Amino acid sequence: MLNFTIRRLLLAVPTLLFISLVIFLLLEISPGDPLGDVPLTVPPEVKEKMREALGLGQAWYIRYALWLKQFFWIEPLHWFDQVFGTGYAEGAQRIISFQSRSPVFDVIAQRLPQTLIVVGMSYVIAVLIAIPIGIISAYRQYSWIDQLGTFVSMIGFSMPTFFTGVVMIIVFGVKLQWFPSVYDTTLQVRDWDSFLAQVRQMVMPVTVLALFNAAQISRFMRASMLDNLGQDYVRTARAKGLSERTVVLKHVLRNSLIPVVTVIALGLPTVFGGALITEQVFKINGIGQLLITAIYANDIPMVLTVTFLFAILIVVFTLIADILYGVLDPRIRYD
Amino acid sequence: MTKALVSAFALLAATPALAERGADGDLKVLYWQAAAVLNPYLSTGAKDIDAASMVIEPLALVANDGSLIPQLAAEIPTLENGGIAADFSHVIWKLKPDVLWSDGSPFTAEDVKFTADYCRAPDFGCAVLAEFDGIDSVEVLDPLSVKINFSYPKFVPLQAFVGGRTPILQKAQFEGCTGAAGASCSDQNFAPIGTGPFRVTNFVPGDVAQFEANPNYRDPQKPAFATVTIKGGGDAMSAARAVLETGEYDFAWNLQLDPETVKRMEAAGKGAVYASFGTMVERIELNQSNPSSSLPSEERSSAAHPHPFLTDPAVRRALSMAIDRPLMTELTYGPAGSPTCTITPVPAAYVSEDVTCLTQDIEGAKAVLEEAGWIAGADGIREKDGVRLEILFQTTVNAVRQDVQAMVKQWWSEIGVATELKTVEGSSFFGGDPGNPDSLARFMADAQMYTDAYYLPDPASFLDEFTCASIPSPESQWQGSNSLRFCDAAFDQQMAQMHQTSDPAERQRIAREMADIVAIEGHYMLPLIHRGMVSARANSLAGTVPNGWEGSLWNVADWSRAE
Amino acid sequence: MTETDRQRALDTAEQVDATAAAAAVVSGLPPDDPVHAGGETRSQWRDVWRQFRSHKGAMVALVLFVGVLLFVSVGPYLWTIDPTYVDIRARNSGFSAAHPLGTDQLGRDMLARLMAGGRVSIAVGLTAMIIAVTLGSFIGLVSGYFRRLDAPLMRLTELFLALPLLPLLLLMVTLFREPLSQNFGPAMGIFILIVSAIGATSWMQAARIVRGDVLGLKEREFILAAKSIGTPPRRMILRHILPNVLSPIMVAATLGIATAIITESALSFLGLGFPPDFPTWGRLLFDAVDQMVLYPSRVILPGVLISLTVLCVNYIGDGLRDAMDPRIRGR
Repeated sequence: MLNFTIRRLLLAVPTLLFISLVIFLLLEISPGDPLGDVPLTVPPEVKEKMREALGLGQAWYIRYALWLKQFFWIEPLHWFDQVFGTGYAEGAQRIISFQSRSPVFDVIAQRLPQTLIVVGMSYVIAVLIAIPIGIISAYRQYSWIDQLGTFVSMIGFSMPTFFTGVVMIIVFGVKLQWFPSVYDTTLQVRDWDSFLAQVRQMVMPVTVLALFNAAQISRFMRASMLDNLGQDYVRTARAKGLSERTVVLKHVLRNSLIPVVTVIALGLPTVFGGALITEQVFKINGIGQLLITAIYANDIPMVLTVTFLFAILIVVFTLIADILYGVLDPRIRYD
Repeated sequence: MTKALVSAFALLAATPALAERGADGDLKVLYWQAAAVLNPYLSTGAKDIDAASMVIEPLALVANDGSLIPQLAAEIPTLENGGIAADFSHVIWKLKPDVLWSDGSPFTAEDVKFTADYCRAPDFGCAVLAEFDGIDSVEVLDPLSVKINFSYPKFVPLQAFVGGRTPILQKAQFEGCTGAAGASCSDQNFAPIGTGPFRVTNFVPGDVAQFEANPNYRDPQKPAFATVTIKGGGDAMSAARAVLETGEYDFAWNLQLDPETVKRMEAAGKGAVYASFGTMVERIELNQSNPSSSLPSEERSSAAHPHPFLTDPAVRRALSMAIDRPLMTELTYGPAGSPTCTITPVPAAYVSEDVTCLTQDIEGAKAVLEEAGWIAGADGIREKDGVRLEILFQTTVNAVRQDVQAMVKQWWSEIGVATELKTVEGSSFFGGDPGNPDSLARFMADAQMYTDAYYLPDPASFLDEFTCASIPSPESQWQGSNSLRFCDAAFDQQMAQMHQTSDPAERQRIAREMADIVAIEGHYMLPLIHRGMVSARANSLAGTVPNGWEGSLWNVADWSRAE
Repeated sequence: MTETDRQRALDTAEQVDATAAAAAVVSGLPPDDPVHAGGETRSQWRDVWRQFRSHKGAMVALVLFVGVLLFVSVGPYLWTIDPTYVDIRARNSGFSAAHPLGTDQLGRDMLARLMAGGRVSIAVGLTAMIIAVTLGSFIGLVSGYFRRLDAPLMRLTELFLALPLLPLLLLMVTLFREPLSQNFGPAMGIFILIVSAIGATSWMQAARIVRGDVLGLKEREFILAAKSIGTPPRRMILRHILPNVLSPIMVAATLGIATAIITESALSFLGLGFPPDFPTWGRLLFDAVDQMVLYPSRVILPGVLISLTVLCVNYIGDGLRDAMDPRIRGR
């Protein structure tokens, strides 16, 4: 397994380089213009000069090579300087956003906390709810709890967050006035009151996202449990006189986790990627909102960097999932 | 205008006679598009300029009626006071004395000169370079007067440093940021030192900007608010909700929403909306070149191929007559718009009196088409010599525009014109990428609808967009502002004459005539709705005054908490 | 309820036909083809149907689903108002005889719009889901079964997971909108574009899930046994592996329909979908959200129809899965 992990990690480098090239080219050819928001009265010559100031005058491969250098050399160097107080990256150009003309990584660092807190929290809650519901639903198939679970999760999944979010705002924000409809990113948790305020502003977005994610995970959990509950080894285990609890929670659950692990491994990178619509609806301004505004503004350095970080997480988490398969089912081997 | 006066009086009544700086606490403002940078010279949109206007100020602002209000200038230069040279070769600005930057240092003519040089530096890519057009040099005469020399007689001499798009930056702060270095000065671009009522305390690009009252502001009683938060993100509807329904915010910007919903929200009694009318006119452009897909792709919509039927004045006229502009306005923009027949809607001196287009005339439109030989075929679509009146009508993705599209399609179908609708995502539509078939300059459709704005009362630079030389072509990489490919010798001649004319009344006459050639007489462009910029304000906020020429926060120094 | 009763009373033969069709569509299995299938398969399918009928939830769902299908397919022939006809005088009208479900802000008939919209949404949802699930299952099966193909296919999956969706879709539309609408006509061209765009960008989850299951399955005894008697890979996959990974595929398919319907509305929000006056359920829902408080029925109706469709497909899928599982069928 260690061998496999090392091999995969080595293979990840060319894969990621290739992914970055594809993303870059995709952004290059797709229609859209970083100066799309500039008033139409601005004459073409001025726009041409602005374009050159953004570095867009150069050929694409030069800009790509520059980005690679900045991402893999200057940014780590800058980070090193920050930590150890050295000056190696002095004067070197970092990756600069077209929109704000500030270093891309600074902006990402500003956005990360709210995304990790809100989206991350919702994902944790979703997993904590979905797995028990999936297990009970499968174990008591077609009982009222299963039917209710199915109904809620299907509604939860088929109702888009732009709808559920607004419904929550109207009911709990406008009518009942329990929770604020606008997320305040400047709020700092210092004491009990500010902690409560933070909780209050997280309730609605976390609920909306958790409902959506839990629906998906619980469905996969249930289906996989059902598959395994009918297997011969379950009958054997029961015949051996093992308690129902041991049979279900130890044998069946462990064997049913593979698809759930896959789904969660695919879902965790999106915690970093943020939730585009939910962040928009509640004005959370995390990574999701950053990415979407950058895409609309054709802020190529920003989009490229954020999606590339996302790609790294995807590669890492699929690797983790693959390793977990081997842990859950020792028969799976990659060597 | 009367509205502006009314709210100005309301403000006088509401503000206590002797206000104290910072007495009214915190002001919460919501911009659903968040500011990305607080330096207008690097900005790409109104969101940044508005936020920056809290901090940095120009020499003069444009008032709602098109007149100028001195800001950092002691007075507005005119021919009479000698500020404007008789031959229009230079202009001299006198500055207000004893103005301090928020760091306590004095504001001088050096800062004005520096700002002009900052924007005009090569390799900088200044977003408002066009406002500095024709400037040869800027001289400091003494610490309180600055002379701007033009390289040719400039008949609109008060352009640079007029309006929130060209404020003065502090020389001491930005000295190291000129030319190519300017782009990466994020510390300066995120927290410019200004002379305005507030100074930046915290700026997170794309999210939130926080300000506090400037202790060195020249009026010791202003601003009334101690701190301001401008929160960004979300969408127009949720922004309106936060002001009008939940009352979490005091002010929200640019709310293009359906009038019925707004009215219901206002009924909650927490706030109200108001509109500032600038130069935005929602208009339909009729393509004068042929976008047909049967042409080779590089020749589509090039001036070499005239449009098969939109070059016929009768067809254009009928298309205009079929539209019920008042009804359309009432349903889509409500109080935030007014039906119009012209493309230069303000100031009043530039507006043509002809308003016949405001009356819908379906029967008349049919008669015009019949007369011109366009006869309805078996399916009700009119045709002549095998050419059918089928229109591909594109605009950006926007719920209100889609409603307008659906109405126009209906009315055109009633006169025998078939319409296919298409929507394009905004940044793709307004972008200048020559390879993009959906852009407004490429115009691969028969009709398109959008709006643009200009920021000086004199519309010469706006009308200049429609000369023959500005037609996008393969040679110009499809760059050019004359996207409808309109070319008329009479129009170009008038334009040339306007550039030679200094008399304001004469310029107004020429501008009116030119606007008429394009719209009211020629129907090359169908103006639909004069759009206002809609803002929502809480009832507890006093002092907001609509101004169509400046950003929504233009007079934030005068805002206060109503009792 | 009367609708359900009426549907229940439908003649059984018709139901059998409908089920066979639905089964083929939903499971993505080869259809019951009497020419090629032997007698043995025939009776297996009859068993499946018998088992399926005993699943109460699935039967109700089937009837409702057929009802929805009839509503969107036959409905427009009975209710002939043009869904794009603007009648400003009748705007925002409530439920009435002339407009049973009211009208929207431009006076367009909601009933006609729901029918026309459902036709597109269901077609897009089913087709895109089938593309995504088929592609995903295929890649998952191949990559899980053949070790040599595993690495390249999974790296491809990672690439697709990492690509930013929006620019990708914008690019696809810019490149292919014109050629497709020239070759297939505007409506069909856009339909092909949308289903392939959704399909091509949502197969990755199914692929990863199927592969994960296959990795475990192929080490099981019955697979080793089948292998040892020389079963060729193609039959191994179709006969022994595919039936055992069917239930996660079924879940992916159910969720896929909902995703596709919502994605379609997101696409039209980006100006990439059908012409703007053309209704779909997703877009009706999206457009009505802003006016939710004033006109709740405009969000509730498309919302309920989307959920109903997804719920029906889910229960039909459940029923089919149970019916095809020989262990359960015996019970």
